[in-house]
Amino acid sequence: MKAYISGIGNISPQNTIEKGYIPDHYLEYKQEFMTSVEPNYKDYIEPLARRRMGKVIRRSIVASSMALKDAGIQLPDAIITGTGHGSIEETESFLISMLHHNESLLNPTPFIQATFNSISTQIAIHLNCISYNSTYVHRGLSFESALMDAVLLLNEGSANNVLVGGADEITKNHYIMTKRTGAWKEELISNKDLLASKTKGSMAGEGAVFFILSNKKLNNTYATLTGTKTFYNVKTSDDMNQHIIELLAKHNLNPSDIDVFLTGINGDFDKDQIYYAIASQLFADKTLAYYKHLCGEYFTSPAFALWLASNMIKRNYISSGVIVKGNKPASLRHILIYNRFNRYEHSLMLISAIE
Amino acid sequence: MEDLIYKLKQEIITELKLEDITPEDIDADSPLFAEGLGLDSIDALELIVLLEKNYGIKIEDPKDGKKIFYSVRTMAEYITAHNVVA
Amino acid sequence: MSSRVFITGIGIISSIGENLEETLISILNSKTGIAPVKYLNTVHKELPVAEVKFTDRELFDLGNIPYNELLSRSGLMGIIAASEAIRTSGINVKDIPTAFISATTVGGMDVNERYYFDFIENNSKNKFIPTYDCAESTERIAEYFGLDEYLATVSTACSSSVNSIILGARMIKNGFVDRAICGGTECMTKFHLNGFNALSVIDKEPCKPFDDERNGTTLGEGAAFLILESEQNAFLPGKTIYAELAGYSNICEAYHPTATSNLGEGPYIAMEKAIKMAGLSVSDIDYINAHGTGTINNDSSEGLAIERLFGKYIPPFSSTKSFTGHTTSAAGAIEAVLCIIAMQNNLLLPNLNFKTQMNELGIKPIREIIKNVNIKHTLSNSFGFGGNESCLILSKV
Repeated sequence: MKAYISGIGNISPQNTIEKGYIPDHYLEYKQEFMTSVEPNYKDYIEPLARRRMGKVIRRSIVASSMALKDAGIQLPDAIITGTGHGSIEETESFLISMLHHNESLLNPTPFIQATFNSISTQIAIHLNCISYNSTYVHRGLSFESALMDAVLLLNEGSANNVLVGGADEITKNHYIMTKRTGAWKEELISNKDLLASKTKGSMAGEGAVFFILSNKKLNNTYATLTGTKTFYNVKTSDDMNQHIIELLAKHNLNPSDIDVFLTGINGDFDKDQIYYAIASQLFADKTLAYYKHLCGEYFTSPAFALWLASNMIKRNYISSGVIVKGNKPASLRHILIYNRFNRYEHSLMLISAIE
Repeated sequence: MEDLIYKLKQEIITELKLEDITPEDIDADSPLFAEGLGLDSIDALELIVLLEKNYGIKIEDPKDGKKIFYSVRTMAEYITAHNVVA
Repeated sequence: MSSRVFITGIGIISSIGENLEETLISILNSKTGIAPVKYLNTVHKELPVAEVKFTDRELFDLGNIPYNELLSRSGLMGIIAASEAIRTSGINVKDIPTAFISATTVGGMDVNERYYFDFIENNSKNKFIPTYDCAESTERIAEYFGLDEYLATVSTACSSSVNSIILGARMIKNGFVDRAICGGTECMTKFHLNGFNALSVIDKEPCKPFDDERNGTTLGEGAAFLILESEQNAFLPGKTIYAELAGYSNICEAYHPTATSNLGEGPYIAMEKAIKMAGLSVSDIDYINAHGTGTINNDSSEGLAIERLFGKYIPPFSSTKSFTGHTTSAAGAIEAVLCIIAMQNNLLLPNLNFKTQMNELGIKPIREIIKNVNIKHTLSNSFGFGGNESCLILSKV
């Protein structure tokens, strides 16, 4: 059973809301963290509904609407979201109020938004879509968990078109908190300089990217989602090499069939070495690419990578600005996306041109 | 009373995060819930918090909210009758 | 590829018992776990809660778990429940690829609310920062047992752990794995106690599900895990079959961020779907473990949906939340285990604190425990915020 990527909506720190945007040029950020280019929410969501929607929910609704329109679908058969920590702004608002006011005088609305499933369910309410609906909250594998569920639904014949996405946001407080764990650069850096950086840490970002995953080709289908798999606690790059070879073999492919190895290189010099090691061992003469300089590092960034890969396949084109090493391939038939989020969470997504 | 009504309208807009709406858009006597402004039970809870935070008036039973929050005017009248904050 | 999924192990910890045996004793004695707040450091001493009756430190001892200050209460309860599930199943978790799917809403919020201002203002609690999110308890439980084939954490509010069970079943049926350990864990936090209280859905008295005088729910905490296996593994020698997961459903009602529609359209669809999937008729259901939170809205809409769907075949039903409290994301798994206990022991579980039939319903729940009842098929309901409604059909084998 094939899964097709048939529609995409992407709200990110780049101009991805513009129709036909590709990152030949991309916005530079030299600040603590990258924040999204916002659409005009008035075009999508009526005012009264917006009162109960913070940024993550709004962006997810708009990205979903864009994906549906892109695919030419009115209503999906299922809605599945992955999010690492949901609407942090509203979570913080409720938490801080609770701590400051000693658990009194609390507004219920931020609490409602703090529940992680409010993204998926608010999308359903917005679309008036009574269907299968789920939410996954597993750090750097949140989006991939959602994607896997979507693939399962298509396999089972339970759905023809699944709306599946990943959404997360960054706030000042959250940046401060996570900086203490060494996640972000100590020095102020531009996203354009992440690749050349030799220091620890990366640059925080955010986004909401939604897809229509369908069981058949539609008019605007981008690519085939040939395979996806998650791995936990991979010990060495050799182990990861093995996983890659096995995933490719399962689909009658080997590393030489991959045109672009799109990775989660994020500028954290030490942690990025695994990508370079695998690239040199399996894809030495292939194009090595990255994407986190465009969207920043966040739990569900692989959704952004999937947007990028889908567009590359559809247009048969790769922007210079995403290439780490290697030439532009003559044709783009298969792209392998590999992301490693901290030591434990690894994922692969294999995207292929439609036959 | 009219000053309080205007102030309340502003506070309702802020507390409930109503967008694209000004105090002039809210009629003091129109229903706030169902038809009219279209607020719901969660907004009623938010208005209870507003009353306590800004006016020191505690409503123990949310069910009392139906009468008090019928319109901006009924809210203003309730506040005038029960206000403990100077 | 297996088309049938069986439960071969179960484990539970809640306010009514630290394991299956204690849980059964509490049920037989109609002993509730709801009591005044003892362990949670909250100002709301007036609100009853259903806490697991151990401090964090005592949970380490209870589970024989090496002390680790970074292991949260959710993780501790999860390890204890999963340990029992693994023990009762007799499996060696490493012998075949085994998925581990957990569920939580508050995640590491108990840590977050304790140290939040330190996280923002200074470096004194940095080691706790990586533990604040939802995946933490899932990964710590998985790490404890050496489970690394496939991990996921579901969060669909009060239906979360039903959805983690459903995912495990689907992964087995689609040939992704032969076995899945599924369930959920949720500890009490000030965050969600205050959140539910701000929504005015917490009763100042212990909850009275399906009672006309009900005035809200009582929050609880706990964890439960179930071992799900494919048909070919479940019937290997030495295995115990606790139940068959005969049917399930997941539907979003898409009505309101917190309330269910007045007539319970979402619950109706969810129950009907699960029963149909199991190849059953409404008249085949011998017991319903209702969501039955005790809130005005839920019990009315769920009760009306049950009446509409079952017509003249309404089976005995009860909410066990007046025993365990509303354990939010853990509720689905905890109540699935309670259904299995009911079937194994031929017991109809009572709906404690019920006195007065609801005006809008023609039905009332089980009042006293009823013994020696052959229960073949149970329906367990879990309905969450945002309209995430999910149901399970568990059948005796």
